[in-house]
Amino acid sequence: MATTDVPGSNGKISEQLDAVVIRFCGDSGDGMQLAGTQFTNVSAVFGNDVSTLPDFPAEIRAPAGTLGGVSGFQICFSSSDIFTPGDEVDTLIAMNPAALKTNVADLRRGGTLIVNEDAFEKSNLSKAGYEGNPLEDDVSLAAYQVQRVPMTSLTRDAVADLGLSPREAERCKNFFAMGLVYWLYQRDATPTEEWVKSKFAKKPELVEANLKALQAGYNYGITTEAITVHYRVDPAELPPGKYRKVTGNEALAFGFVTAAKLSGKQLFYGGYPITPASDILHELSKLKNFNVVTFQAEDEIAAITSVVGAAYAGDLAITASSGPGIALKGEGMGLAAITELPLVVIDVQRGGPSTGLPTKTEQSDLYMCMYGRNGDCPLPLVAPASPADCFEMAQEAMRIAVEFMTPVILLSDGYIANGAEPWQIPDVSQLKPFNVSNENTQDGDEFMPYLRNEKKTRPWVLPGTPGCEHRVGGLEKSDVTGNVDYSPENHQFMTTLRANKIAGIADYIPEQTVEGPESGDLLVISWGGTYGAVRTAVKQSVQEGLSVAHAHIRYLNPFPKNLGDVIKRYKKVLIPELNTGQLRMIIRGTYLADAVGLNKVQGKPFLISEVKHKIKELINEEN
Amino acid sequence: MSVDVTLPVLSPKDFASDQEIRWCPRCGDYSILAQMKKVLPTLGIPKEKFVFVSGIGCSSRFPYYMDTYGMHSIHGRAPAVATGVKLANPDLQVWVITGDGDSLSIGGNHFMHVLRRNVDLKVIMFNNQIYGLTKGQYSPTSPTGTKTKSTPFGSVDRPLNPLSVAIGARATFAARSVDVDIKHLCSVLERAANHKGAAFVEVYQDCNVFNSGAFEFASKKGKKEENVIYLEHGKPLIFGKDRDKGVRLNSHGQPEVVELGKGVTADDLLFHDEKAEDMNLAFLLASMRHPEMPEPMGVFRCVDHPTYNDAVYQQVESATERSGEGDLEALFNTGDTWNV
Repeated sequence: MATTDVPGSNGKISEQLDAVVIRFCGDSGDGMQLAGTQFTNVSAVFGNDVSTLPDFPAEIRAPAGTLGGVSGFQICFSSSDIFTPGDEVDTLIAMNPAALKTNVADLRRGGTLIVNEDAFEKSNLSKAGYEGNPLEDDVSLAAYQVQRVPMTSLTRDAVADLGLSPREAERCKNFFAMGLVYWLYQRDATPTEEWVKSKFAKKPELVEANLKALQAGYNYGITTEAITVHYRVDPAELPPGKYRKVTGNEALAFGFVTAAKLSGKQLFYGGYPITPASDILHELSKLKNFNVVTFQAEDEIAAITSVVGAAYAGDLAITASSGPGIALKGEGMGLAAITELPLVVIDVQRGGPSTGLPTKTEQSDLYMCMYGRNGDCPLPLVAPASPADCFEMAQEAMRIAVEFMTPVILLSDGYIANGAEPWQIPDVSQLKPFNVSNENTQDGDEFMPYLRNEKKTRPWVLPGTPGCEHRVGGLEKSDVTGNVDYSPENHQFMTTLRANKIAGIADYIPEQTVEGPESGDLLVISWGGTYGAVRTAVKQSVQEGLSVAHAHIRYLNPFPKNLGDVIKRYKKVLIPELNTGQLRMIIRGTYLADAVGLNKVQGKPFLISEVKHKIKELINEEN
Repeated sequence: MSVDVTLPVLSPKDFASDQEIRWCPRCGDYSILAQMKKVLPTLGIPKEKFVFVSGIGCSSRFPYYMDTYGMHSIHGRAPAVATGVKLANPDLQVWVITGDGDSLSIGGNHFMHVLRRNVDLKVIMFNNQIYGLTKGQYSPTSPTGTKTKSTPFGSVDRPLNPLSVAIGARATFAARSVDVDIKHLCSVLERAANHKGAAFVEVYQDCNVFNSGAFEFASKKGKKEENVIYLEHGKPLIFGKDRDKGVRLNSHGQPEVVELGKGVTADDLLFHDEKAEDMNLAFLLASMRHPEMPEPMGVFRCVDHPTYNDAVYQQVESATERSGEGDLEALFNTGDTWNV
């Protein structure tokens, strides 16, 4: 621990830390997502590794001050590489009693609790279900370092001479909170100031008000006698390069635009709004100058079928949805499978069944995506591991779709979609080329739409090509000609052929790698957004001397060719999932491996400690 | 330098695929297929630029029988598939082939939206007022009381009027014809083909197995003259074998049949205006149903509006003009970046 004095710190102690977890929480109108995002930006620009977890209420606008309306944003920033937004919160900023009540359990003992004292009045306390004021008794918050800050009134005073309405003035209090936290963690506010200036360019009075509130919060930190320590977290040692912050949904949009650009194709997105997938539509809608066509369809079925049409006519075509929407798209996916057209279906998973937990994360659509179509209809499945990984896996999904003429499902989840992390900006000239041919390369007079190449793939020849007129459709096809054929032998032949084509993709994807020892007591297998928690838990367990390795699967169908061999090298297998054991069932069925599950369905990601605990338990049983 | 482009002269035969046609003998679909094959070669469009998209049902086997590009898609969803085709390549002429069950029941949603968006597609609805492929259940257009396997005591549903729905969705082109009225059907298909925007054509089609003779009033010689009015833009609504009857508005603004002569002249009648921007006349014509009134045949509405696909591409073009062609390097480097 180093103590140094920095200018403007008013002689206060500066303590150095490796990693800090901060959570902003308040009413859904309090601007907590904004505060969290801005804090993430300034930390990323400063050079910390960052990982974030926004937590939205499911209601668009629950009554102000109630438990149902609490919105939160958690950030972990660190001087070393991190993979999750953190288990325990070091500093909690609670803008009202409801936010305190729903979040305080995650604050570590001894952690800093900053509350907007002004909001702790009778009606808010009763809306949050407090019988008394927890700030006024000696027990409720005794475990924490409580900073009572009258943020509403201080903000009002700070902007008093600007002539704003009381409501407008009070709305700046999130900037006051940000300013205070910026001081507490010695952040440079410049990127936020620039953002305010451009965001409110047309309303100069709001620029001034927000900047004044931000400054007032910062100055409060300097001057208040109550806070005596502030903290420093040094930049992280990430691989050298240029970085920016991305969310999973942004990175998916970038990945698909890249695939289109590299192949010289038009990108077509057909979608219907649904949380947490809508941001993919929003991002792509901004990128029309990349030759992107976005179609907001009338429903999920129109979204997938428009994509089938666009793929038939030659676009790189994608659709994105979440659980209930993917359920509706099942029949369309089957049509794309039998017509053998290339497209990507993105499932940003959330809690189910039905509307379930629309704003919370889960991994429970694996069965649906693996099997949820009528008939024998296997499709390739890929799953990014993190927000930044979405960039590569989007391209991979599209590459597989085009190379094998098949719909591909990409499984993201709410945690990846809304979470953010640093992304090393790729060198565009180094991106893998992506070639697409729509030429008819067949000999002979008559074009055969279901003639296959060595990958069992049929040609993608487009309407408008003279001499290759052909029909596709949902009725069973005859091989080579593509004519309708219901004969029993043909159906068996074609069903097997389609399945073999998908299984054959295993020859064209990377083999499974493991982090940790090549063999040992325990292999932990994960997929999707649990990557960070599992990776960290295994890493820490290895450091503690346990014989444990981690295999994170990004290709779920087909599995990497060597996965069975990898599994055999360990005495036990643990599969943590945010569902009741879907991958575990598939692994057990495929490899006859006696895998154990760690399963959580609470709409929340794993804590590192939960996974570590299970690892220890299994290894202790073994020894 | 001028380049001579000579289009091959096409004939109906060029549009016939090698697939065996599997409709019931004497099905009305045969005539619609034959008229389509006659009309396409006259349009001056190369054969490879036609795409036929269908849903599910007897009518929806249609694309297999045309030697063009095509897709037999899923039940009710052909308008959405076709929208994707047209948006991916606006250079194609895209036809949607559908039935009354396909487009008004399971596909009602897409039917309405493709018309209100004005996607440049031709939607041909074969209306036989019955489910043929599933062997004879009543459809959304079957009259109340229709007895079928699923309604042995008669249906209690009130039927939907396809043209009213289409006009309600502000279709820029809406028309009706009959399968066996060969010349009339050809002319309506041709006008639909030449319309820039979503064109909707309802074709009364005979299912001689499950609903034989449903449209005899409009197809049988000697009957149809008394039961049908052929719409002509700018002309009064006159009908009858001797062209001695007409339709005028009564004092309540409702259409009524009057005999010409005896003080009533053509000038007293309702005049057809397919270009009318407001939809009142088209609604009124759509509401005229047999047997209370003579049923109009022909083009109910034909107005010019920007198409959806043009608007989509205009946005792509203007975004490209404004921001320049998309550059990945620039895109990745937007916002706050930092070097390590």
